[in-house]
Amino acid sequence: METVFVLLLLICPFTGFLINLLAGKKMGRTLPGIIATTAVSASFAISLFYFIQILSTNAPVEVRLFDWVTFGEFSIGFDLVLDQLSLLWLLVVTGIGALIHVYSTGYMKDDENVDRFFSYLNLFIFFMILLVTAGNLGIMFIGWEGVGLCSYLLIGFWYKNQSYNDAAKKAFIMNRIGDLGFLVGLFILAYLLGTVDFRAMSFELSDIYGIDKKLLGVAALCLFVGAMGKSAQIPLYTWLPDAMAGPTPVSALIHAATMVTAGIFMVTRMSFLFDLIPDVQTFIAIVGAVTALFAASIGIAQTDIKKVLAYSTVSQLGLMFMALGFGAYHVAVFHVITHAFFKACLFLGSGSVIHAMGGEQDMRRMGGLKKVMGVTFVTFLISTLSISGIPPFAGFFSKDEIMLAAFEHNKILWAIAALASLLTAFYMFRVLFLTFYKDFRGTAEQKHHLHESPKSMTMPLIVLAILATVGGLISLPFGFNWLNGYLQPVILNLQGVEHHSLDSTGWILMGVSTAIALIGFGLAYSKYISKSAVPQEDDKIGGFAKVLYNKYYIDEIYNTVFIKPIYAMADFFKNVVEKIVAASVLAFGKGIAILSVYTKALHNGSVGFYLFVFVIGFCSVVFCLLLI
Amino acid sequence: MDIAIILIILLAGTFVTFFSGDKYASRVALSFSILTAAYSLFLLLQYHTTGAEYSIQWVASPNLNFSLKLDGLSLLMILLNSILLPVIILTTLPHKVPFEKLLYSLVMFMSFAMTGVFLSSDALLYYVFWEASLIPIYFIIVMWGNGDKSKRRQAAMTFFIYTFAGSLFMMAAIIYMYSKTGSFQLMDFYNADLNTTEQIWVFLGFFFAFAIKIPIFPFHSWQANVYQRAPLIGTLLLGALMSKMGLYSVIRWQLPIAPYALHKFQGIILVLCIIGVIYGAIIALRQSNLKRFFAYASLSHVGFIAAGTYALTFDGLLGAVILILAHGFGIVGLFLSAEIIHRRMNTTQIPEMGGIKGVAPKFTIAFLLMVLASIAIPLSFNFTGEFTIMYGLYQVNIWYVIFIGTSMFLGAFFMLRMYQQVMLGEWTFKGAFKDLTLNEGFIFIILIAVVLFFGIYSKPIVEIVTPALQEILVYINR
Repeated sequence: METVFVLLLLICPFTGFLINLLAGKKMGRTLPGIIATTAVSASFAISLFYFIQILSTNAPVEVRLFDWVTFGEFSIGFDLVLDQLSLLWLLVVTGIGALIHVYSTGYMKDDENVDRFFSYLNLFIFFMILLVTAGNLGIMFIGWEGVGLCSYLLIGFWYKNQSYNDAAKKAFIMNRIGDLGFLVGLFILAYLLGTVDFRAMSFELSDIYGIDKKLLGVAALCLFVGAMGKSAQIPLYTWLPDAMAGPTPVSALIHAATMVTAGIFMVTRMSFLFDLIPDVQTFIAIVGAVTALFAASIGIAQTDIKKVLAYSTVSQLGLMFMALGFGAYHVAVFHVITHAFFKACLFLGSGSVIHAMGGEQDMRRMGGLKKVMGVTFVTFLISTLSISGIPPFAGFFSKDEIMLAAFEHNKILWAIAALASLLTAFYMFRVLFLTFYKDFRGTAEQKHHLHESPKSMTMPLIVLAILATVGGLISLPFGFNWLNGYLQPVILNLQGVEHHSLDSTGWILMGVSTAIALIGFGLAYSKYISKSAVPQEDDKIGGFAKVLYNKYYIDEIYNTVFIKPIYAMADFFKNVVEKIVAASVLAFGKGIAILSVYTKALHNGSVGFYLFVFVIGFCSVVFCLLLI
Repeated sequence: MDIAIILIILLAGTFVTFFSGDKYASRVALSFSILTAAYSLFLLLQYHTTGAEYSIQWVASPNLNFSLKLDGLSLLMILLNSILLPVIILTTLPHKVPFEKLLYSLVMFMSFAMTGVFLSSDALLYYVFWEASLIPIYFIIVMWGNGDKSKRRQAAMTFFIYTFAGSLFMMAAIIYMYSKTGSFQLMDFYNADLNTTEQIWVFLGFFFAFAIKIPIFPFHSWQANVYQRAPLIGTLLLGALMSKMGLYSVIRWQLPIAPYALHKFQGIILVLCIIGVIYGAIIALRQSNLKRFFAYASLSHVGFIAAGTYALTFDGLLGAVILILAHGFGIVGLFLSAEIIHRRMNTTQIPEMGGIKGVAPKFTIAFLLMVLASIAIPLSFNFTGEFTIMYGLYQVNIWYVIFIGTSMFLGAFFMLRMYQQVMLGEWTFKGAFKDLTLNEGFIFIILIAVVLFFGIYSKPIVEIVTPALQEILVYINR
């Protein structure tokens, strides 16, 4: 009975997917959304039920089904685990998922393929649930690639536009580069430990005597490569900004709140491994910090509202990885949650803006929207305050904990992260000012069309804005830290650690963080409000701003270094190697032919024909022999 | 006796199809193929209940035996062959072709010969079946192929000479083994006491035959032309079944006979296999003909399987067997898709296609699923195979995994690029594109069901094949 109930978590969205896939076209444009939303809400209800249960029992629920893959030595089973970590993620995935489904019923209502949209969205939820409830690395990998597939399908949702399809393909391929790392890591662990079950691995690694520690380090590094792909870290991040080609609810759900945090989830899940390899942890922290700054610096020069948010996501994910690198898993998890709230809200808010602007995404054509779009403006403002780290919004608390951890471990990385935070506050207020303040800069037609979005879209915005405000309550620095206690059973290095109350350094750092955010705000204010600056048109951008605007030309570099050589190789193989191989075989054949002609001196006809006759003759003779 | 019945059904099918006349030939062939499938399923059930291998000796003259052997490995190959046969016939059934009775009886005969290959445990018998399978496919390509006749003949002849030349090496190896052991029996070959030089020659003799048939890089240059020129039914027989004959033979006839040579050459052969995987994936990027494209995709995928067999670990072999089956079903779906597009749009050129998604939603779902299976998305049959092979290779050397693993994204690159060019974008073609017919839909449902079911639950296959593989491993590691 328990099994069935847990499985309903997966069955609900999968059923929604199937119904909309197979019968969606017959149901009009409203029903698919209702079905999909109901399915996700049901999963949310079940998650909530188990969450409440685990608060009192503290005992994870496990479900074991049949074997999925069998190796000679061991097998990988369909094992699902609902423990503290997976339940937390489930609440975020299904909760925000449900809100975004509701939002989509409004946002996508005029699309002719709305049924397909909702079926993919449900499929995504299905794989995401599988990813977070997986009891072993193998099952996690199903979810891992499954969400990548859904991401591919949804980025390329408007499939008639080939540049969207290119973005979708790019996302999938870059993710797969990471996935290879994931798989190699999995193989190493399987080989070393004889299992890929999380609990069993954790048990095996509790005593690493006799285990090749170097190889273990390689495994951890490989798994992190997987996380780099999924969570868009340097050097595998360029797919995420392109992924903005997908409909905006997709950007909010998949490319901000849930899927891209899978890398953080996986590293947290495997914390017992990463804790053993400090070198890899340092590497993770460096990659995270550098990504945070690098992406934030690109973010300040973008003019497409969704692109800014995309680089912001890359940057925030970098901060989370930095926390993971310091072994501060609970901090990373905290930031994942608050980030899910405010970033989903920001994306949905930008969607609301784009909806009102008739598809326009360029902030240079916006401005003054706060007069028409009150709800969107207020929620966007709250989320901006939250992501910038201004107290007492949720983002302040989670970011502050990251900065604290960074300050304790590595001052240089702390400085990098602080700079990234400054840029974050700057570009977020830049978006806010350019979009909602001053005068409208679009066409008259757009101006006429401006409107606040329908209730189905503003309601999720309001809920998310409330969460982005109060979400910090789950982990306050004043000793009311619910999250740390909650996560203790699943994160080994949290066990037995008393959360120390803030000392004077902590207070000072908190002040510094706030000051940094305010400086960012001030810079943006003076530039875009006091001086009423508007970013220049494309052809007028010059100097370093141009480099930033063109994202350091990383896409062009990748294209030259990786893509073009592959095509050159393809040409070389096709035009040269194939001919050489064919010719050498032909020469070999001719050699034999000449030989046979000389030796037998019989005929000069087709060698092939004689061989052919020979085979038939030979076969018939043997057949006759056998049948007699 | 009861194993031989499957051969008798197929041989009877060959003759009855031929004499039933053009009007009924296709349906007669279909009936016999379904009968074969039913019988092989019966064998499967029996195998499960008895849980043992059994071998039968027929006409036994001193050194020449008609001996067949059915173990888990050959059982799976028989199942693949007999279940795909009706599916393959169905792909061509609704279309009028000239000389129908001849075509379908050749198809039945080819299936007969391949079944013989999978069942023989006598080297000479095996060789006869091996060569016999070559004759029907030669005629199928020449008589019913695409393009003008000289090109078809050229492709078929190249193929014929190639594979036949390879077989001659194998013939030499078999005769040598006979002179050494005084027997053609498989088990006598396994137990033969060869010194290292002998092992190397025997090993290479078998290797050339199989490397060409599979094909392993650089013995593949017959493949693209043949896949392009052959009619759909021929391409499917070649790609889904005949290449598997080579892979099966590696496991059954090559690996256990010469363990010393095997370990000596393992590195080189694995490198060749992996080069084939990457080479096929990259060169496919520059193919504008959809059928040639799939031919190179197939080169990449069979290279993966071959790497699994030469990993010489249990997991490598197991994964190879799984992927043999998965690839057999998958390639039918891919080439059928190419044929559907060819018939509807009258072109095989990828740049002339595009936007089909907008006009044929059912076909899109089917084609997308086949594409995803071929790039080994988890929960597809192919993934289970590739995953297991990669773990098998890991046990040999981590670098093999990393290099063969590049196919994860290179494969995704060329397949998704093709999918985008063919299916996505605007529909600009003048004229309609009929969505799947009942017949086509039925075939795709069978394929998708198989690919998904075993992608989720592959244990039955593992259980059937494990004892056979373990026995072979004992000889490999002797």
